[in-house]
Amino acid sequence: MEIDELSQQQTKRLTSYTAPAEVYEDLIGSDDDVDPFLQRTGSRRIVDRQSEYHARRLNRVISPERNDPFAENESKDESRSYADVMREAELEKEEQRIMRELEKKKKEAEKKAKEVTVEQATTQKKRRWDMETPVEAKQTSEWSKPDDESSVGKSRWDETPRVSEDVEMDTPRKRSRWDVTPQVSAKKSRWDETPTHPVAQIGATPVGNLGLLTPTPGHLIPMTPEAQRWEKDLDARNRPLSDEELDSMFPSTGYKILDPPAGYVPIRTPARKLMATPTPMVDGFVMLEEDRTQNYDLPAEIPGVGNLPFFKQEDMQHFGKLLEDKDESELSVEELKERKIMRLLLKIKNGTPPMRKTALRQITDKARDFGAGPLFNQILPLLMSQNLEDQERHLLVKVIDRILYKLDALVRPYVHKILVVIEPLLIDEDYFARCEGREIISNLSKAAGLPTMIATMRPDIDHVDEYVRNTTARAFSVVASAHGIPALLPFLKAVCKSKKSWQARHTGIKIVQQIAILMGCAVLPHLKNLVEAIAHGLEDEQQKVRTITALAIAALAEAAAPYGIESFDSVLKPLWTGIRKHRGKGLAAFLKAIGYIIPLMDAEYANYYTKEVMIILIREFQSPDEEMKKIVLKVVKQCAATDGVQPHYIKEEILPEFFKNFWVRRMALDRRNYRQVVETTVELAQKVGVTEIVGRIVEDLKDESEPYRKMVMETVEKVVSQLGAADIDTRLEEVLIDGILYAFQEQTVEDIVMLNGFGTVVNALGLRVKPYLQQITSTILWRLNNKSAKVRQQAADLISRIAVVMKTCGEEKLMGHLGVVLYEYLGEEYPEVLGSILGGLKSIVNVIGMSSMTPPIKDLLPRLTPILKNRHEKVQESCIDLVGRIADRGAEFVSAREWMRICFELLDMLKAHKKGIRRATVNTFGYIAKAIGPQDVLATLLNNLKVQERQNRVCTTVAIAIVAETCAPFTVLPALMNEYRVPELNVQNGVLKSLSFLFEYIGEMGKDYIYAVTPLLEDALMDRDLVHRQTACTTVKHMSLGVFGLGCEDALLHLLNYVWPNIFETSPHVINAVMEAIEGLRVALGPTTVLQYVLQGLFHPARKVREIYWKIYNNLYIGAQDALIPYYPRIEDDERNNYERYELSMWL
Amino acid sequence: MDRFNLNSQLEHLQSKYVGTGHADTNKFEWMVNQHRDSYASYIGHHSLISYFAVAQNESIARVKFEFVEKMLQPCGLPVPRDE
Repeated sequence: MEIDELSQQQTKRLTSYTAPAEVYEDLIGSDDDVDPFLQRTGSRRIVDRQSEYHARRLNRVISPERNDPFAENESKDESRSYADVMREAELEKEEQRIMRELEKKKKEAEKKAKEVTVEQATTQKKRRWDMETPVEAKQTSEWSKPDDESSVGKSRWDETPRVSEDVEMDTPRKRSRWDVTPQVSAKKSRWDETPTHPVAQIGATPVGNLGLLTPTPGHLIPMTPEAQRWEKDLDARNRPLSDEELDSMFPSTGYKILDPPAGYVPIRTPARKLMATPTPMVDGFVMLEEDRTQNYDLPAEIPGVGNLPFFKQEDMQHFGKLLEDKDESELSVEELKERKIMRLLLKIKNGTPPMRKTALRQITDKARDFGAGPLFNQILPLLMSQNLEDQERHLLVKVIDRILYKLDALVRPYVHKILVVIEPLLIDEDYFARCEGREIISNLSKAAGLPTMIATMRPDIDHVDEYVRNTTARAFSVVASAHGIPALLPFLKAVCKSKKSWQARHTGIKIVQQIAILMGCAVLPHLKNLVEAIAHGLEDEQQKVRTITALAIAALAEAAAPYGIESFDSVLKPLWTGIRKHRGKGLAAFLKAIGYIIPLMDAEYANYYTKEVMIILIREFQSPDEEMKKIVLKVVKQCAATDGVQPHYIKEEILPEFFKNFWVRRMALDRRNYRQVVETTVELAQKVGVTEIVGRIVEDLKDESEPYRKMVMETVEKVVSQLGAADIDTRLEEVLIDGILYAFQEQTVEDIVMLNGFGTVVNALGLRVKPYLQQITSTILWRLNNKSAKVRQQAADLISRIAVVMKTCGEEKLMGHLGVVLYEYLGEEYPEVLGSILGGLKSIVNVIGMSSMTPPIKDLLPRLTPILKNRHEKVQESCIDLVGRIADRGAEFVSAREWMRICFELLDMLKAHKKGIRRATVNTFGYIAKAIGPQDVLATLLNNLKVQERQNRVCTTVAIAIVAETCAPFTVLPALMNEYRVPELNVQNGVLKSLSFLFEYIGEMGKDYIYAVTPLLEDALMDRDLVHRQTACTTVKHMSLGVFGLGCEDALLHLLNYVWPNIFETSPHVINAVMEAIEGLRVALGPTTVLQYVLQGLFHPARKVREIYWKIYNNLYIGAQDALIPYYPRIEDDERNNYERYELSMWL
Repeated sequence: MDRFNLNSQLEHLQSKYVGTGHADTNKFEWMVNQHRDSYASYIGHHSLISYFAVAQNESIARVKFEFVEKMLQPCGLPVPRDE
């Protein structure tokens, strides 16, 4: 025994003493040093967060402008026509084709060479039997191949950003980039080649570089701004010495300056120059820190622009010209214009909000003077810049939007340029960027007109780059929504039938898909035409075209639901034959289309077609592919939801396979699969009933995998909450309760799912739970005692879920017992748990009532008072709820003194951050005041008006108003008005605010109190303090609105006379309150009275006076236009105009 | 809620109505709005229009038509604005 203890002590001794792990966790958790902006500190540039696919936008070239065939005075000699552009596109395509061909030939040659060597090798050495057969590099399956057309998910964003095959062909992966000397190839892939500098005339392999093939870093164009800065610095130090400098360095006497030899030519090529004087690049590692002095050569002020908040190194590239000090009078008009635009753009991009606003207005107003060319030539390169940030992009896009309106048809030559820059916005991850892009393109197409848009975008439709085709399709859908589908239909039909290239057909069909997604049910009138335009694509010879057609049909059917089945007649047959012919991705798309069409059919057809498609679906149940699984689940869900499908069919044909393939543990692991399975199962349950589904999965509540149990529980919960538990027989009921109890007890990851499931099932079973309640209660009691806080919390939460059912089952005694136990656990130290315990107590009190509550209220409430001090939000909320409930229903069980004590505690609760807590507190004041009379409570509250915190005072005023409302205003008003005599700003304002709330709450009742408070309001409206007048005005507003039509006009008119002088206030809150007071008085006194006041100042000589009077007049006019007609002043005719309204003087 | 924003919001709301005015509204513009509002109001209230019809010994439809016609230039030719 002794030894045992000793050894125990020994094992307990630790190598070091330290606080328990939880403490550390706590400390780490509450670390104040966490920088909430950490995520924002990274680069904000758009390029840095874009995927490779999105970054392809940078490969596009802003093409030169095209001519405008619709312009009156065309100058066709300079700009390119449609024919030119088409020719260029052809040329480019041909070039790409030849490149591919060459590539293929080269590969073949390589392969042949390899084969020869392999053959040699194999003849030399025989393969041994135990060696594996050399497997040909396995053909990647259709599935693993990235495909741009598989938009299987609902999201439009997951379909495109993938590399398409044809582009992959352009950049073969095989070739190692390291063993070849970099050389300029005709193909312009930026990544493979050595960066060359055409201006500096550096060859691909730099000359004179010690014969090395690898280019020296010194020759490269610096990629980053840092490098640019750094190089600039270096340049400055290495620049050749000037004559003056040499003069100052050498002694002036005793030397002679010689002329350079006759044949000397200085070295001009920078490449050799740099090598001539080898400079140490950097001495070792340099910390790149943000150093303000680094901006030494960045101007703080740009001439003609003023002080900018920032000017980045990157801006130099575009706005450098502004810094050159030039005499403006020497510049040509064009140059002046350019500088002007540049300045405005810089202000918009980098300026403060007011600067930006004026600049934006200027650039809009002068847009036509500047002309489209100069404007877009500056804006568009900015938008293509590598260093663009979100905010800058937004602003520049806004500029384009504004000037589009002004320029109108002048934009035509620039449409393609703008599209190149704006189209990428359509596939941005950011929702708002997408909206912005759509808006611009829509405006652009309205400004340029449909023919121009089509002519401009036509060459891009069969562009070689999938990225360009994708964005063009999206842009086209926007054009369609701007001009209407009918206008675009003939073009669409032609494109979809294009014989020239499958890319054109593909893009055309994609446009239809995008139209459906963008316009939703607005496609209905043109559904038949759209479907017919793309129908033939289902039997195209290109796999990709077939797939996109199926997807487009799915999108159309989804947009048209639940109408328009007749439009799909023509595609039904090809779809059905299609699902038999296709495999893999194509099949998935076809199934998706069918899944969306079936819900449109009437019952009979839906039944037939479901049966047809089900064979395939069931076969695909086993597909290992995730995307296919999701589509199959979705289609099953859609089929099951249609009317025509019979329950027995689902029961016999679908369910067995469905459960075999989808109700497996693996499905619970992936979040999206999990959701799909649950949704589909619930949909099936709608048809076949609760028992069928729950009976199949109920055993799995005891499965060993927890995520799987969760999936079962969620399904059971959803099914039972939708369909009720009437269907469940005794046997199933037993198993179900047993399973739920097991799942509830075995959970390790705390999740609301289990709790909800338990609550829903128990509540649905109602009275039938009675036999199990004993068992459930003992489980709860047992778990309330558990060591783990989470377990205790859940047990307490469960009580609040099942309290109502316990009452239904007549288990008051059991509830009483639970109440006592919870009461005993009020000493709980974990706030989360304590909050749940209080919640449990509240639900019990709610159900069994105040009088039969055990423990009795008079014991319970004093125990709650100290808990009110707890600062944890959950505790505060549950506690104030419970206290408020008791104050409302069972105040008589507790002494007035105790209630007063609680009142003091409640004052602190007004500081709470959560609005719900403050609201509950304020209401509780009302209940308490009702229970023990307003005097003491009011005194406490009025005292609280003296505190400093604003929020606290505001809540106090609300509480006072509520007390006044519950206990009738006359019990409160005298004390309140008396308090106004305290010569303290906060108190007086508090009183006024209380009055304001008071009159807002009591409404009509206010008519009895107006005369009492008028003197007080008079005083407040004349006070020197602004807030006094503001609050008094708000009071007047509420008061006048409350007593409208009750005959208090005399008092209100009197108050209007005090309100009126305040109309010249400039502080926004005050003037707002004054205007609202006048509005209120307009309602109560009628517009005529106010009109007489307004007429005095409408034509006042001082503009400031006129301004406010007209504003009041406008308010009056909007509020009571018709009522003013008889009361306008009579104006006599003059020699020129007749102003008299003669009709009004007619007399009968 | 800054000063600028507040006013501009209210002004924007007001400017959506045709009959509203501003510090530079002149007598003529104001009166034209009044007249048009008046005619609209007469036409809208049947009792008024029948009263006018009886007083002028005209049919209701005729009076209504005349009012609508008068709304075009209720006060005569516009007064040139002095800038």
